[in-house]
Amino acid sequence: MRRATLISVPYIWLLALFLIPFLVVFKISLSDIALAIPPYTPTMRDGFWNMLSQLDFENFVFLTEDDLYWKAYLSSLQIALISTVLTLIVGYPMAYAMARAPDQWRPTLLMLVILPFWTSFLIRVYAWVGILSNEGFLNQFLLWIGVIGEPLTILNTNTAVYIGIVYTYLPFMILPIYSALDRLDGSLIEAAEDLGCSRLKAFWLVTIPLSKNGIIAGCFLVFIPALGEFVIPSLLGGSSTLMIGKVLFEEFFSNRDWPVASAVAVILLLILIVPIVLFQRNEQRQAEAET
Amino acid sequence: MKKLMLSTVAGLALTGAALAEEVRVYNWSDYIDEDLLTKFEEETGIDLIYDVFDSNEVLETKMLAGGSGYDVVVPSGTFLQRQIAAGAFQKLDQSKLTNSVNMWDVISERVAKYDPDNQYAINYMWGTTGIGVNVGKVQEILGEDAPVDSLALVFDPANMEKLQACGVHILDAPAELIPAALAYLGENPDAQDADTIKLAEPVLTNIAPYVQKFHSSEYINALANGDICVAVGWSGDILQARDRAAEAENGVEIEYYAPKEGALMWFDNMAIPVDAPNPDGAHKFLNFIMDAQNMAAASNYVYYANGNLASQEFLVEDVIGDVAIYPDATTLENLYTTTPYDAKTQRTVTRMWTKIKSGT
Repeated sequence: MRRATLISVPYIWLLALFLIPFLVVFKISLSDIALAIPPYTPTMRDGFWNMLSQLDFENFVFLTEDDLYWKAYLSSLQIALISTVLTLIVGYPMAYAMARAPDQWRPTLLMLVILPFWTSFLIRVYAWVGILSNEGFLNQFLLWIGVIGEPLTILNTNTAVYIGIVYTYLPFMILPIYSALDRLDGSLIEAAEDLGCSRLKAFWLVTIPLSKNGIIAGCFLVFIPALGEFVIPSLLGGSSTLMIGKVLFEEFFSNRDWPVASAVAVILLLILIVPIVLFQRNEQRQAEAET
Repeated sequence: MKKLMLSTVAGLALTGAALAEEVRVYNWSDYIDEDLLTKFEEETGIDLIYDVFDSNEVLETKMLAGGSGYDVVVPSGTFLQRQIAAGAFQKLDQSKLTNSVNMWDVISERVAKYDPDNQYAINYMWGTTGIGVNVGKVQEILGEDAPVDSLALVFDPANMEKLQACGVHILDAPAELIPAALAYLGENPDAQDADTIKLAEPVLTNIAPYVQKFHSSEYINALANGDICVAVGWSGDILQARDRAAEAENGVEIEYYAPKEGALMWFDNMAIPVDAPNPDGAHKFLNFIMDAQNMAAASNYVYYANGNLASQEFLVEDVIGDVAIYPDATTLENLYTTTPYDAKTQRTVTRMWTKIKSGT
């Protein structure tokens, strides 16, 4: 009995916070646009079976007819992938340094990584507007030290989006890697070096594989929210930055077309869920093979 | 027992409501003298909760979702018309709006195009969509005879190619830019048929690469700071930028021009959502706003013309005497209004706009 209760907790979590919202969105994606409150038909009000009988997938068909949508998905995937790699490149050395730091420093270092969360996300992204704009701090500083003669245009470009994503999600990358490296047994590296590995080779053959789980967790934590990101591209990105979050916004707000917006969201979810499930399966199989 | 508790809770909630009556207002950003909000609270004893938005689309989505919790909202004309059709607003109780005698028939009649007989809304502010220019920078780039009073300034790629160096912002509002592009071409700006609307696409596509950003509120600060030198925006916003730059004494001089090819005249109107929690308080707020001195204070602060005739004697010369705000008869004749697109045309317009902005 106790065991059943314990197991049911994550399932209730999954049901209430994932499955039910997903079904609501899926239901809207099968309906038609209308000028009413709420702006779609049919609704559950006419009865469940009536609703089922009127289902059709025309909104999903519509998405395949216009190249805007797959281009936006692809461009979002590209931006999310590149920013995940950049975050890893920036985050790994930081996590590594933290894990190697003397014991008494670590709580402070950890605190410093978490500290930015104490300010609102929106304010931090707005701060980057002030830093990156043509008249901003960065350009003024670079002009002052004489590296550049003309202000660089960074704000309103994809570069600014990458900077924003890397900055915002960096702690999500650092923390899991740090916790993996923190638990790393130092004697394993000593053993590798005793057996003739150079320090670099020991890092590559021992440290990296042993922190793999941290790297994977960090990459997921960055990649998934970056894929659907809306705030960062709309504040820092240019008009030509095409991301699925912006397309969703346009469908929802400009076209008032909730059904098509929901269809876009359902597909976004599938793009995320399917690879993650496949990956998990693969991991499990590997773990089983090893034992 | 449970029943008893429920009724006690309900009773408490009721007395709570009676103690602290609230009115929730959802208005455009930078669109009121904040002293007025305090004044309303002091005069009526009602708590005013004031939120802001910067696009009609965001407001409309909230209205169509229902249950927004707001008592007063401020949609523009075409959006007002569509939301009335969707059943989002309640009819105003004219008996509670004693100050409605102050309203200006010239404006009320034009708003009636969207809200027949002014049954659902009162006009708050109106203005034009035009061009804000950092005169010094633009003349430096395009020469003394830069076409600052013409849409050619932003719709002629030759000009835009040079202007991109100092920065150009354009409103992220297809329903205003497509009519402007049509006016530039000499077509009917209020065209509803897809063939005519498509004529606007090449005009906008050709200049899009030179536009730093399509955005509907950032240009106020960007113009005032000197980050950009040209913005297609709303009259009062650009005049606010002019004043902020003057106050900052940063050497930036901004001028507003209603283009000679014609400018869009728009109306922002206050309406009460059908499910407003406190319609009575909402009427009080509307009546407060229609008071001549209050309305004048708002206009004096935001540099937009209002639909209140009685307020005009309280307007400062900077506002009532500025043809960029209260246009003279000839300019007024040159202004056009638009009607809302139907759902299918709207999709064409949004799709076209995405294509213009992103190239896809």
